[in-house]
This record gives sequence, structure tokens and C-alpha cells, in this order.
Amino acid sequence: MEIARGVIPLTPVSSRSSREGGRGGSGGNTPADSIFDQVLPNAVVARSSELFALGRKSSLWTLSFGLACCAIEMMSTHMSHHDLDRFGVVTWPSPRQSDVMIVAGTVVKKMAEPIKLLYEQMPDPKWVIAMGSCATNGGPYYRSYSVVMGVDHLIPVDVYVPGCPPRPEALMYGIMQLQEKISEDARARGEASKA
Amino acid sequence: MALSSLLPEVYSDLDIEIGAALDEVVVTVRPSDVSAACRIAKDDPRLAFDYLRCLSVVDYVDRLEVVYHLFSLGRLHRLVIKAAAPPDSPRVPSVVSVWKGADWFEREAHDLFGVVFEGHPNPAPLLLYEGFEGHPGLKSFPFHEYDEW
Amino acid sequence: MQFQQQPAQQADSLDLMVNMGPQHPSTHGVFRLVIWIDGERIVRAEPHIGYLHRGSEKLCEGEQYGQIITLFDRLDYVSNLNCELAFCLTVEKLMGLEVPDRASCIRVVLCELNRIASHMLFYGVFGLDAGAMTPILYGFRERERVQSLFERVTGARMMHNYIRVGGVKEDLPSDFAERLGELTALLRAGIDECDELLTNNELFLSRTKGVGAIGGSEGVDYGLSGPSLRAAGVAEDVRVSEPYSIYDRFDYGIPVGTYGDCFDRYYVRMEEMRQSLRIVDQAMEQMEPGPVSAKVRRIARPPKGEAYLRTESPRGDFGVYLVSDGSDKPYRVKVRAPSFANLQALQRLLRGAYVADAVVILGSIDIVLGEVDR
Ligand code: SF4
Repeated sequence: MEIARGVIPLTPVSSRSSREGGRGGSGGNTPADSIFDQVLPNAVVARSSELFALGRKSSLWTLSFGLACCAIEMMSTHMSHHDLDRFGVVTWPSPRQSDVMIVAGTVVKKMAEPIKLLYEQMPDPKWVIAMGSCATNGGPYYRSYSVVMGVDHLIPVDVYVPGCPPRPEALMYGIMQLQEKISEDARARGEASKA
Repeated sequence: MALSSLLPEVYSDLDIEIGAALDEVVVTVRPSDVSAACRIAKDDPRLAFDYLRCLSVVDYVDRLEVVYHLFSLGRLHRLVIKAAAPPDSPRVPSVVSVWKGADWFEREAHDLFGVVFEGHPNPAPLLLYEGFEGHPGLKSFPFHEYDEW
Repeated sequence: MQFQQQPAQQADSLDLMVNMGPQHPSTHGVFRLVIWIDGERIVRAEPHIGYLHRGSEKLCEGEQYGQIITLFDRLDYVSNLNCELAFCLTVEKLMGLEVPDRASCIRVVLCELNRIASHMLFYGVFGLDAGAMTPILYGFRERERVQSLFERVTGARMMHNYIRVGGVKEDLPSDFAERLGELTALLRAGIDECDELLTNNELFLSRTKGVGAIGGSEGVDYGLSGPSLRAAGVAEDVRVSEPYSIYDRFDYGIPVGTYGDCFDRYYVRMEEMRQSLRIVDQAMEQMEPGPVSAKVRRIARPPKGEAYLRTESPRGDFGVYLVSDGSDKPYRVKVRAPSFANLQALQRLLRGAYVADAVVILGSIDIVLGEVDR
């Protein structure tokens, strides 16, 4: 029963700091001044699935998995100018600790098996973003003998980002859509279990 | 051009045909003579073609033409060697022993056109996956038709 | 300092096989490398490619000349304009077409900027390969600046489709000179800053100096070209040895290394960026108002025949072999990709190296899988 366990009492921050002996004095950014103490109660009631979804969507680790040209734009998105870190998105080299797979580039038949393997290596829950027209439907290579016409022939895709290559802003929007989808899904699941 | 007047002398042992394509001198040899012709092109000090610019195959349906673009870094001149192989059993001697850089070019040509380079040290598939049927570079290989809209 | 590598001990029974890729953050794309190691030394290395083989050459046979430019954009996707230029020049050579002077100047300016953007990506990624996290942030900062200028000119950040057969798509925007002035000033400072940041770093030096060395004549034999060959002491640059477009008009130097090791390959590229800026300045001075495209039919139909042309892309000798049968589609297009040839030498470079250096050596030859596999 998810709802029964949904109340999470948070220890008041002020009491904790006094119990630990505090940092002495009241200079600087003392936790007691926290705005949350003033406006929010120190307990939040939420459905656990939604709470977990909140955590998941705010810290998406993407599998750094560049396939082709789109990967360069994906790297641009991660780097200094566009700074994807501010969405909590961190790129991670191993599938074992990643939540999101951004398929950035052309999926070739020779690469199909490794992609499936990588997807299966990722722990649940996992999401897939198909970045660029190649990963969506073959893109400019739709007449090629060796290209898979869209990564959705291999693995389920949650968000498609169109473009060739999509601009960094487009990828960011795709990620925001995915975040929305994660919380929407959790809410819908909660509604379903209540009914 | 100095090069084209030099060629009949250098290649006096081989059966060659000298032509031109735009600004390049083209030497056409028999497929079985390819590696001899390349060896001479590299070793003869008057030619000294030490750099293999490109190795390509063109499918003219009635023949498969293997084309070697050569360049000499010392003398700054260039040459094209061509050999027309029969399309049913294209066999050409390998030139990996002449230029090491020919290795992958030949493997690629074998993948895409089915040209067999005799004496290649490692004729494994390079670009295509295991079990790919056919040679996609050939004119007879169809495009993927996509009508799933 | 010794720049020689000790030959590997030949032990075959205890060799350990290590597989890297196809998904590996340091392979710069989808590339698989299998190495056999004996202790710390690599005894044999075998690269596997083809994980991005999209069949571009075959696709070219089914498209019109104007449409193929988009496929060339996507070959070497780090230096798109250089690939477009190579293809358009080949078609123009076959057609015997004269390109207006202004168009040539525009092409040169943009291609050299693209070379800087490409080397900046190399700089960042190579730093990452050698274990330094910061350079990539700086490298991308500079790259982003170049890309935003490209966006102003061509309308796209990466896939420009701007250079066309006979010229360029349209004239430069009115504020181009001003923006370019700002950009080159920023780039000049940026290159110096990047240089300072990494080049004299003790850790970086000891990871790259004397690692993965190759001699000049051996490099030529393997078909190396571009910065990787120049680092080995061979002063070969297609812009000089077989000048194309209007490269014979400019005054610039060709940086040449001595030892052919990873550090030389890195530093040749750093110097090349400075030389590219010199070319950009000269091309801007020579640019006169005028038409930006020759009079060509919308659908180009080169005469029957064949042409081969090589250009100097940021990675080396980028050649295009074009066979035409007189129709609006080429009969055969063959791309001689510099990364493809350079990657062959990897087997030789890795033999006898430490396993920890494998990634640095791979990074130093700066491959782009899009053109390796085509
Ligand atoms: S969608 Fe375009 S940019 Fe992206 S991988 Fe495909 S061809 Fe390259």
C-alpha cells in the first residue's frame, strides 16, 4: 500500500542543528533562517510514487552514448554554454547506473545488438530519448541498406526529438518533456491504484 | 607531360595503355599485373610513388574497375593505375605489401564489391556485419525502399 | 628524454584480451578496439569499425548533385564545410566551372573557421582522454562561438548545406565583417588561453611525450595524412602540394613536428589554428563585392568522365573520386576519408605501448567515425 507509507516526517532543521551543537553563533547562512521553515510545515504528505518520481526526474543520469553527428550536439548541450547540468542531467559512461539513454545518431544494423544489450543492462526504471531524425525514422539515410529505420524498431522510445541535428535547446526541451512524463506517469499510476 | 613520356620506358615489361582523365595520367594494366605495376611505381626512383591516395572500385556492369590513385610526396606528381576485372570472378593481386595503407581499402572493396584481393593478409569483413548477404556497392544491389509511411 | 618505445616482449600464452567498445566514452563514437596485453604492454591491437556504416557512397548514386551536399555534410560531422567544399570542387572540376572570386573567399573563410572549430573539439576531447576535465569546457566555449557565427551565415549550427556547386548559397549577412572581427579577436585570446592551460601541464606532458611515436616514412606508407603525418616531420599539406580553390594566394605556415608522438600531434593542431586565423584575415582582405555564384543550371549535369580531387580537411587528405555518366546523378562517388586511413595506423601505434596509453593514442589521431565508416 503506497499511500499508507506516504507521510514522511522531516526533522525540523532548527532542532537538528541545535542537537548537533550547531556551528555556533548566528552569522552567515544559518539553516534556521530557511524560508521553508517559515512557510512550510515540517512534514510533507505525498504519494510515495510521486515523491520518488520527483527524485527521479530531478536527477536523470544519461548514458553517454554518442552514435553520430547528433552526438556532437549532445556534447554541446552538456558543455559550458548550454550546461545541461542545471536540469540535474549528468552524463554517465556506464549503463549500470544510468536512467536515460539518449540515442544520438544513426542506428546501424551492425550496432543493433549492442544497443539492445545496453538497454537491457540499464536498471529499471529507464527511459529512452530518440534524438534526431536518424534515431526517429532513418532520417537522411532512409534508402540505405544498412541503417535501422528508427531506434523504435529495437527498443521502446519515450521522447522523440526531431531535427538533423536538433539544436541543444531542442534536446533540453525533450528532457523537460521527459521529466513531465515521469511525474505524469507517477500521478496516473497513483490515480489508478486509488480507483 | 614528362610523366606520360616516361611511362612506356618504365613499364616496358608490362602490357599497358596510357590515357588521360582531366589532369591525371591514367595507366591501364591487366588485373594480374596490378601488383607488379604498383611495385614499379613505388620503387622506381623516377616515379617514386610513395603515397597511395585512394583505392576505389567502380562497377561498370560489364567490368569492375579497380582504381589506384597515387601521389609522390618527393616529386609532387600523380598517377592513376586502373585494372578492369571481370564481374563474375573479380580477382586482383593485393598491394598491401607495397603500401601498408592499402590494407583497409582492400578489405572495404571486398566488402562492398566482392573483389578478391589475392594475398591479402587478413581478408575479414570490415564495414559490414557478419552474415550480410551480397555486395551493396554493386549496381545490381537495390536501394532500400521504404514504404512504411 | 628518451622518445623510443621498448619493444614488447613476445609472450603469447599469457596474453590477456581486453575489449573496448563499441560503447565506450573514449572511443569518440562507436568504435571497437580489441587489444591483447602482456602485463602492461600491448602486444596486438585490432580495431573493428563499421558500427556507423550508413552506406553514404551508395546513397550518393541515387541522389542529384545538389542533394548529395547534404550527405557530405554528415560524413565528417565535425568539419562539415570542408566536406561540402571537397565535393563541390570536384563537381566543378569535372564541369570546368569557374567560381567567382567572392565565393571562393567566402568558402575559404568559413572552411578555416571550421578547421578551428574542429581542432577545438579535438583539444577538449584529447584533454579528456589524457585525464584533464577542464579543457573540454574551454574547447567547447570557443567552438560555440564559431558555431554561432555559422548560424548567422548559413542558418544552421552544424549541417550547413551552404557551399553549392558553382559558389555559395547566398551572400554573407551585412554585419559579417564586424562579427568576424569580434570572433577572431576572441579566438586569438581563446587559443592562447587553451594553449597555456594544457600545453605546459606536467601531467599532460608526461602522458603524451614519447607516447605512440611513428616515423615519417612509415607514416606515409600507412597512408597517414594531415596533422598526424605532419607531426612526424613530413611537411605535406594538400593546400600547398596540390593547391585547390584559392589557397595558393595566401601566406601561412605549415606547422611540422619532430618526433611524431602524441604531443607533437596535439601541438601541430594548436599551431594550425593560429595559421588558420592568418588565412581568415587575408581572405577577408582580398574579398571584393561581386556575385557569389557562377551561372549554373539548377540541376547540375557534369559531362561524362571522372575527376579526383583532394583537399586538406582538419583530419588530413580528404579526397573525392567522382565518376559521371552525364546524367543528373553521379555514377559513382568514392570518398577517401582521412580518418579511415589514419585509423589503420593505430595497430602499429599501439603495438608495444602501455595499455593506459591506448586511449591517449587513439585520441591523438582524432578520428571521426562518420567518415571512417561512411
Ligand atoms: S539526425 Fe542528422 S545530425 Fe543526427 S545523426 Fe542523423 S544525420 Fe546526423
